[in-house]
Amino acid sequence: MTCTEFLALLDDLIDDSVTPEMRAELQQHLKGCEHCEVTLSTTRKTIEIYRSHEIYDLPPSLRERLHAAIMARCKKGC
Amino acid sequence: MATIQSIAGENEQHPDVALVERVRTGDVSAYDTLVRKYDRQIFRIAQHITQNREDAEDVMQDAFLKAYEKIDQFQGNSKFYTWLVRIAVNESLMRLRKRRTGKMVSIDEDIETEEGSVPRDLADWAPDPEQNYSQTELAEILRKTIQGLPQGFRIVFVLRDVEGLSTEETAETLGLSVPAVKSRLLRARLQLRERLSRYFRRKRVPKEMGVDK
Repeated sequence: MTCTEFLALLDDLIDDSVTPEMRAELQQHLKGCEHCEVTLSTTRKTIEIYRSHEIYDLPPSLRERLHAAIMARCKKGC
Repeated sequence: MATIQSIAGENEQHPDVALVERVRTGDVSAYDTLVRKYDRQIFRIAQHITQNREDAEDVMQDAFLKAYEKIDQFQGNSKFYTWLVRIAVNESLMRLRKRRTGKMVSIDEDIETEEGSVPRDLADWAPDPEQNYSQTELAEILRKTIQGLPQGFRIVFVLRDVEGLSTEETAETLGLSVPAVKSRLLRARLQLRERLSRYFRRKRVPKEMGVDK
């Protein structure tokens, strides 16, 4: 397996949607390729960081204000 | 984050289905529950697309009001949340269009770049690299980095990886094919990784960037 072939399957590996046979092939490639190993681990980390950090929070006061505005209009039939 | 559920869901009904039914019969309190359940996500998605807080506030209100008005049109063959996200994405794009005085805005914008398709920066990252920054600094880095992505990649990444929609749901929401979503997702992930490497690589992080240790 070449690095390009590995890269084409990177998402499937990260999303856990590869067959056991394919996974074994990918793992085999990783054993001998530090570049792909780093690409895999840092791409996983990228996703994890974006999932676990709230970069656009909705402060409670704003949330309540928007919520009240929405519900007031719904009650009036919009 | 597993999001793919059985499509038919024969025996299990999603809890939103009962809430939607109650809304249809005029029970506003059921809609209150739905708004509280999804308001944060809708606000986030709107901010990611419009990149403007006031616009995001407007989009959030408009999306929930539009969903309420059109609740009878909700077919039930997709999840309520996916349907709501589609409304919010459309409202966000409309808002951008207004801001750009009528210029067309689509999710296909700026996606021709090849940047990041092939990883170039192959330096490994420090262990737990986010620990090297304060929460405020980290949020700023993450915001700046994702804002630099082409719109068409950013929306796919946000829906699929941040908000946890499945590939199929993302495709349906954006009116894209599944292969198009997959291709954009891979490129979005690789471009973000490449851009974050600047901050998270193992060595030589300048002191003035706010390194604690």
